[in-house]
Amino acid sequence: MSRGQLAPTPHDPDERGHFGPWGGRFMPEALIAAVDELAAFYEKARVDPEFLDEFARLLRDFAGRPSLLTEAPKFAAHAGGARVFLKREDLNHTGSHKINNVLGQALLTKRMGKKRVIAETGAGQHGVATATACALMGLECVVYMGEVDTERQALNVARMRLLGARVIPVTNGSRTLKDAINEALRDWVANVDDTHYLLGTAAGPHPFPVLVRDFHRIIGIEAREQILEKAGRLPDVVAACVGGGSNAIGIFHGFIDDPSVRLVGLEPGGDGIDTARHGATLTAGTPGSLHGAMSYVLQDSDGQIAEAHSISAGLDYPGVGPEHAHLKDTGRAEYRPVPDAQAMEAFALLSREEGIIPAVESAHALAGALVLGRELGPEGLILVNLSGRGDKDMDTAIKWFGLGVES
Amino acid sequence: MTVLEHHLRTARADGRRLLIPYVMAGVVPDWLDLVRGAAEAGADAVEIGLPFSDPMLDGPTVQQAAALATRRGGRPRPLLDELAGLDLDVPLVVMTYANVALTLTPSHGVGGFLDHLAAVGVQGVIVPDLPLEESSEYLARAAEASVAAVLLAAPACGDDRCREIARASSGFVYCMSSMRTTGERNALATTARENARRLKGMTELPVVTGFGISTVEHAVEACVDADGVVVGSAFMRMLVDGAPVAEVVDAVAAFRRALSSVGG
Repeated sequence: MSRGQLAPTPHDPDERGHFGPWGGRFMPEALIAAVDELAAFYEKARVDPEFLDEFARLLRDFAGRPSLLTEAPKFAAHAGGARVFLKREDLNHTGSHKINNVLGQALLTKRMGKKRVIAETGAGQHGVATATACALMGLECVVYMGEVDTERQALNVARMRLLGARVIPVTNGSRTLKDAINEALRDWVANVDDTHYLLGTAAGPHPFPVLVRDFHRIIGIEAREQILEKAGRLPDVVAACVGGGSNAIGIFHGFIDDPSVRLVGLEPGGDGIDTARHGATLTAGTPGSLHGAMSYVLQDSDGQIAEAHSISAGLDYPGVGPEHAHLKDTGRAEYRPVPDAQAMEAFALLSREEGIIPAVESAHALAGALVLGRELGPEGLILVNLSGRGDKDMDTAIKWFGLGVES
Repeated sequence: MTVLEHHLRTARADGRRLLIPYVMAGVVPDWLDLVRGAAEAGADAVEIGLPFSDPMLDGPTVQQAAALATRRGGRPRPLLDELAGLDLDVPLVVMTYANVALTLTPSHGVGGFLDHLAAVGVQGVIVPDLPLEESSEYLARAAEASVAAVLLAAPACGDDRCREIARASSGFVYCMSSMRTTGERNALATTARENARRLKGMTELPVVTGFGISTVEHAVEACVDADGVVVGSAFMRMLVDGAPVAEVVDAVAAFRRALSSVGG
């Protein structure tokens, strides 16, 4: 387990959280003291051997790291014959990469002496991971979830409640993830003395984009070692899905200083980016400030935030982490939209060919790999971040494929 | 000195407690009548909200008012332009979020927004999600446009930060009564008077308390320390619940009467 995981990098933002023109703190004064405090504790923790050891121990003994790297040859046969390796974040405890970040932030919460944690969730994966970490560490947990999502994801609501969390359905606005974040921010303003806002993606005001990224850097650190060992060389492409962008930024950072490795983020293309129903923020969004940071956002010409649409609830967000906006601008990473239909094809393909049911989110990265593999040809080597497992997506699959019981 | 500051300081010097009602632009078809009526009923300035889809510092009432305005087809720039025809004796202060401000004049950023405010006769501006760190261009361009950029000071801000906010603010200093979003409350938070007292010790600018000033009693109590109050959700709640504008104007007048009894 790498002790350098949280160490400062040349890619860090300036001290006010700007990645070039992106990021920063577009937040009310009421919360500035809280993000200052968080940044101060994090700057100490990221170089404190005791914190790093405790975090490493939790990742190993509780989350089950390191996660495997699995080659997917039968799937790869559909990708122009390029070799495809899967970074198996789906095998982590709670079923996705989300556990890395929640364990890190829950440890920070304890360090700050706070007793209560709030979180937002869309599909429920981050909410479940947060409730899990809070149960483990004895923290009070409140999860805000759009009312629409509580209905779509009733199973995850039950999981959170079983883990001891209070789930509050949000009835404001569009009653989805962005409104859950607004509501969590309002709770934070009112309870900032004893409460930590455990944000689930690498977005929001500084220092969240940095600390969430750092807690996920372990994905890229492990994957780089594993692929060098198994394939004997660096991959040509690292592919990951991007909603807010936390799993992508985590794996990208393992390769960001390897100029030969292309970093490709796959965005939710929904019904297509020429329709109003998608979530491809980097491909089709415009600069704006949402939830505390400057980044690309989906909005109308008046600056009203649009609703995102995706078959995958976890990618259904009209913003994106500011470091991705920066990587897009500098050209270090490229971003492509994947329509729902292609994602669901890849979802079925991996299930059938490899015996691995991926999360619909991760299926966007897989669909991207199928195209990239054909572009690269048989000499190509692709690393895909399989960010989560698909058990939670069975309702979606039943509806999409008509998988009811045969009569 | 900005027009807004001059106007408020003159009223304060007359021993008057300041009353600044908040009106969400476009919330009802006759919202301009409310702006006019509030000015005639004794408001010292009127705060005009421009609707934003994700108002993180506002509670449900203002968010509902914004949604109503948007559903009626209200768009920030045309709403703002409706103000140009008003000829009031009191200054107008526009409040909106950074994303609306940055988008209002395509490719002219925050400077274009501020110039546009000046062009329609607005004297002050509040953008609550631009904290000091993100404000240098905003404050400079506001000064150039002669629009007073009013900054908010929260109870959680440390004394040093409060002093900086008071120094950088113009027009008045907006004293947040409590660590809550906007919205109606049963009682005035204990932090309201403490925060106002602290700010009064730091600045000659008028200190105006807002957030949760729901009744005339709250307003009177807040004005023991503050120079005045902003009242928003209490009025917007009436409109959201279907009350006619005339009734809200009467409510503004009731706040005026109560504050006039406080004296200087």
